[in-house]
Amino acid sequence: MPLLEVSNLEVCFGLRSGAVKALRDVSFTLERGERLGVVGESGAGKSVLGFSILNLLSRPGHISAGSVRFEGKDLATLAPEELRSIRGNRISMIFQDPMMTLNPVLTIGVQMVECLKAHRKISTKDATYIALQKLKQVQMPSPETRLEQYPHELSGGMRQRIVIAIGLLLDPDIIIADEPTTALDVTIQAEIMDLMLNLCEQNNVALILITHDLGVVSQVSQRMLVMYAGRIIEQGPTKEIINDAQHPYTQGLMNALPQMAIPGQKLNQIKGTMPPLQRIPKGCSFNPRCEYVLEVCKHNLPAFTQSGNCQVACHLVAELNQEKLLVKEV
Amino acid sequence: MEAQSNSLVQINDLYKRFSISGDFLDQLQFKGGKLVRHQEHVHAINGVSLEVMPGEALCVVGESGCGKSTVARTVMGLLTPTAGQVSYRGERIDNLSDKQMLPYRKKMQMIFQNPYASLNPRMTIMETLREPIRFHNPALTASEIRDKIHEVMFSVGVDPSWGERYSHEFSGGQRQRISIARALAVDPEFIVADEPISALDVSIQAQVLNLMMEAQEQRNLTYLFITHDLAVVEHFGTRVAVMYLGTVCELAPTKQLFSSPRHPYTQALMSAIPRLEDNRPDYIKLTGEVPTPVNLPSGCVFHGRCPHANERCKQEIPMLTLLSDGTRVACHGVEENRL
Repeated sequence: MPLLEVSNLEVCFGLRSGAVKALRDVSFTLERGERLGVVGESGAGKSVLGFSILNLLSRPGHISAGSVRFEGKDLATLAPEELRSIRGNRISMIFQDPMMTLNPVLTIGVQMVECLKAHRKISTKDATYIALQKLKQVQMPSPETRLEQYPHELSGGMRQRIVIAIGLLLDPDIIIADEPTTALDVTIQAEIMDLMLNLCEQNNVALILITHDLGVVSQVSQRMLVMYAGRIIEQGPTKEIINDAQHPYTQGLMNALPQMAIPGQKLNQIKGTMPPLQRIPKGCSFNPRCEYVLEVCKHNLPAFTQSGNCQVACHLVAELNQEKLLVKEV
Repeated sequence: MEAQSNSLVQINDLYKRFSISGDFLDQLQFKGGKLVRHQEHVHAINGVSLEVMPGEALCVVGESGCGKSTVARTVMGLLTPTAGQVSYRGERIDNLSDKQMLPYRKKMQMIFQNPYASLNPRMTIMETLREPIRFHNPALTASEIRDKIHEVMFSVGVDPSWGERYSHEFSGGQRQRISIARALAVDPEFIVADEPISALDVSIQAQVLNLMMEAQEQRNLTYLFITHDLAVVEHFGTRVAVMYLGTVCELAPTKQLFSSPRHPYTQALMSAIPRLEDNRPDYIKLTGEVPTPVNLPSGCVFHGRCPHANERCKQEIPMLTLLSDGTRVACHGVEENRL
């Protein structure tokens, strides 16, 4: 049994103008200790996916279909008390902006101890000891003084370290990191990503890394999902996707990176923009922007086709695969 | 100070400090029974000299807080420098009155980072674009202005028939196109772009960068391009200035900077870019954090995080020196041939 199994997840936001589906038919699994990257542009639904795993969606958002099974228990239908014993304890989450995550009026120490005490029967002294250990694990300089400090006294990189330390406090099985380094500078980003990678490897923690940065994903994750307009359009081993992306959108995303173009030449752009969720086109949601659009793309939703070790939702890839098979048979 | 005749914009030994100690009463403190005035400053720029050549795209890169946006704003005259000069075609412009500045405003335009904040939400696109054209060209008739608006909207790929819409009806990428159109509307020679694409998605970034490069070719523009994204710089820049804590630590032609970065900070910055590569390359680890610009470190501002720092680096401020290959580096190590 996989550690986490998301199947046919659908998330709906009920708006005055009608219900909007932010996620449609999302399915994937996560094994213990595995690192999974989730990539997509803003509005693709990657953060909603992160939130819905822990059922943290607030009104008007809700899981309207599908299930999120963690060790066999469906988190989508779990009672609030039971869910609370999993949140932060077995599955913890790291958000983009560390200033928004930390409470500005409590010291770091109080916040860390509070978190431990909420989940375990433990004395303040022992909790402080664990907090100190975790701060040392994230290579926080002078951890003892940090416990007495308030979040505003620390720099962005240090705050994110604290948030990671809090995420690790209860030795979770899964960490969901939603754009953990987007608010940080490149040199700090490299440090934090390295740290997270090491901690996950050492403690055998599974990581779901949500980001728009293909570079980060390619270096950290073993498997990746590419999302577009609320659906997974390609998933598979990171190496395979980075080296040989199948879906035209993934290819376009990769080619649009400045490092893929010859300096001074025009960048390869994907025309148009992602449609708003209220106006997702019929058929394949990428079809108006796709260079290789076929007639069938405008009417039918593509199913996943196996291509190597990857699964791709694209009619063209499916057709090409079919042709290859035919050639083989002949 | 000899102003070189061939540079379009010249920044000479620029300093900018911001007071963070509040107003006069806030600055008063009791110390040892006496009332003393205590002031603290953020040293945002400390002696920056740059030249922008006509037709080039000079990129300024650095981490947040290194003063790159302050440089952009000071060049545009949005901030007054504490010391130093800014010249445009040899004429000093940093000490001009608003009225004297007017002819320069038409030649220099700025594109801001956040297209959600830089467009007035209560104006239609037409009004947004009409304002600068009418202000800077009072002689034009209404129909000439309309033609001009249509021309710039067309050139940035926004359908002129959308002119009656408000900015909230557009996506981020389209809004940034409109801000570019607004900058191009008065036919400037020089555009300062402060992180114009960092608020946009990758696929949209490519569109906007392409648009800016097209505009550069067609209108013979000169850019001062502020960004934190080195990958963009490699693609876009003619020359690159790397800033750290308010000083320029390396200035070189783009190709050269990327093939052989000299300053230890530039090297660390380059190795930290996440790239689409199979194996994770070993990056140069910087220890510690960027020091606060309130109390600047003595000597080289980078010495606290530099793996090669020695006694001299802690005491003496390195000057930007020209190397034989055309790179300018402010580093004692490079100067002494240690690095």
